[in-house]
Amino acid sequence: MLLIYCPYCQVERAETEFHCGGEAHIARPADPSKASDEDWVEFLYMRNNPKGLAAERWRHNNGCGRFFNAVRDTVSDKFLKFYKAGEPMPDLEAIAKEAGK
Amino acid sequence: MKRYSFLELAKNAFSAHQNWGRQWRAPEPKAEYDVVIVGAGGHGLATAYYLAKEHGIRNVAVLEKGWLGGGNTGRNTTIVRSNYLWEESAGLYNHAIGLWQGLSQELNYNVMYSARGVMMLAHTVHDVQVAQRHIHANRLAGVQNEWLTPEQAKEYCPPLNIEKNIRYPVMGAALQRVGGTARHDAVAWGYARGADDLGVDIIQNCAVTGIRRSQDGAVEGVETAKGFIKAKKVGVVAAGHTSVVMDMAGVRLPLESFPLQALVSEPVKPAFPCVVMSNTIHAYISQSDKGELVIGAGTDQFVSYSQAGGIHITNHTIDAICELFPHFRRMRMLRNWGGIVDTTPDRSPILSKTSVQGLYVNCGWGTGGFKATPGSGHVFAHTIAKDEPHPINAPFTIDRFRTGRLIDEAAAAAVAH
Repeated sequence: MLLIYCPYCQVERAETEFHCGGEAHIARPADPSKASDEDWVEFLYMRNNPKGLAAERWRHNNGCGRFFNAVRDTVSDKFLKFYKAGEPMPDLEAIAKEAGK
Repeated sequence: MKRYSFLELAKNAFSAHQNWGRQWRAPEPKAEYDVVIVGAGGHGLATAYYLAKEHGIRNVAVLEKGWLGGGNTGRNTTIVRSNYLWEESAGLYNHAIGLWQGLSQELNYNVMYSARGVMMLAHTVHDVQVAQRHIHANRLAGVQNEWLTPEQAKEYCPPLNIEKNIRYPVMGAALQRVGGTARHDAVAWGYARGADDLGVDIIQNCAVTGIRRSQDGAVEGVETAKGFIKAKKVGVVAAGHTSVVMDMAGVRLPLESFPLQALVSEPVKPAFPCVVMSNTIHAYISQSDKGELVIGAGTDQFVSYSQAGGIHITNHTIDAICELFPHFRRMRMLRNWGGIVDTTPDRSPILSKTSVQGLYVNCGWGTGGFKATPGSGHVFAHTIAKDEPHPINAPFTIDRFRTGRLIDEAAAAAVAH
């Protein structure tokens, strides 16, 4: 069971209040009619699935109901950063260095 | 290879079973192989075995970063069944069932395949309709599966609670009699021993750290903890770590890795005759030949390589087990653990060539790869040896995510595989 900090509610709550929305910062093709099959495969299906730091989406289902993003180490499951939706993807390497990875 | 037989057993009894000898060698890697398989789990070892046995390719190495069969092969709940919805899946899993039936004889190794029946419960009107549709589809595809009323289900599995006063009463069940269990470790060991006997080198504690490609992009070999190993072809069978290994060759895959948990109880006398699964309330349970109740829980909701899931996931399953089988409420659980399962968007595996010449991948088995071990190895060996898929795994390409010809067992089964 993870403890997750919601940057909107500014509280730490149990994982069961949240839903994980998978990899963050996957942008829908800007002009869908121009996107190739390969673009759609990349958008819909391909995932980084990293062993290490990952930026992922979470939704505070049983709280504010809003999506936010988090950086988590997929080996230790420790969260290293929470940030609001719409903020740019943080520098994962810098976060890793700071955390001593 | 020393063949195991009743006579051998009797002979070895005289020396207190001290002189059986090793079942496979522990060789140092050669400089070059025709085929290198990455991952010595059941699927990888089966692939190597069939490469040597059916295709005469014996200059093969199986590289394993840990110990043989120590990943998901040693962590699953040992269930064997083939009642999947789609014909492509029926072909693949039924192929495995066919091989399971003769596997102990084939390998001269008791894999303890026990066709005790897999019963999947229906708890709602929707469940009943889905299960019956499933049964009809299975029968059309030549997969054995039949419908049971709650009373028939109770007769088949006496511990089952079919009272109407529980939250999700049993409204019926789909029973695949040819389904059952097998001893997971024995499957890995049997294939390892068979492959080793045919000349395959199984190299443990040898992590692959890179995949080297030539100027024209084709595979040249693998960098490992024991140095560079040249290989004409490389087959990646790395389960939860497939994305990590394939990333070394620059190949992206539609995979996400999740922790999946299982647990066993203290061992008791035979009390549970079959395998029972419930997708709706998410529980599956059987009793091992050692007497432990083997219980499978769900996956965590986030990508992780931690090999340990959340306790609330296990609790959820235990709730369901206690409701369906009230007399297990006082059982104590001995151990629980997690394995990392690689899931695809359509919850069907990928057994395929890749965009890299000489690189093949067998992955995406998600929460249910054990049951397919013999069939998976068999058709994947064909794919590597002939450089083209066997008709059975031809639909299980990476390209299906581009063409849209998905094999959507996710929608068909919703959860447990």
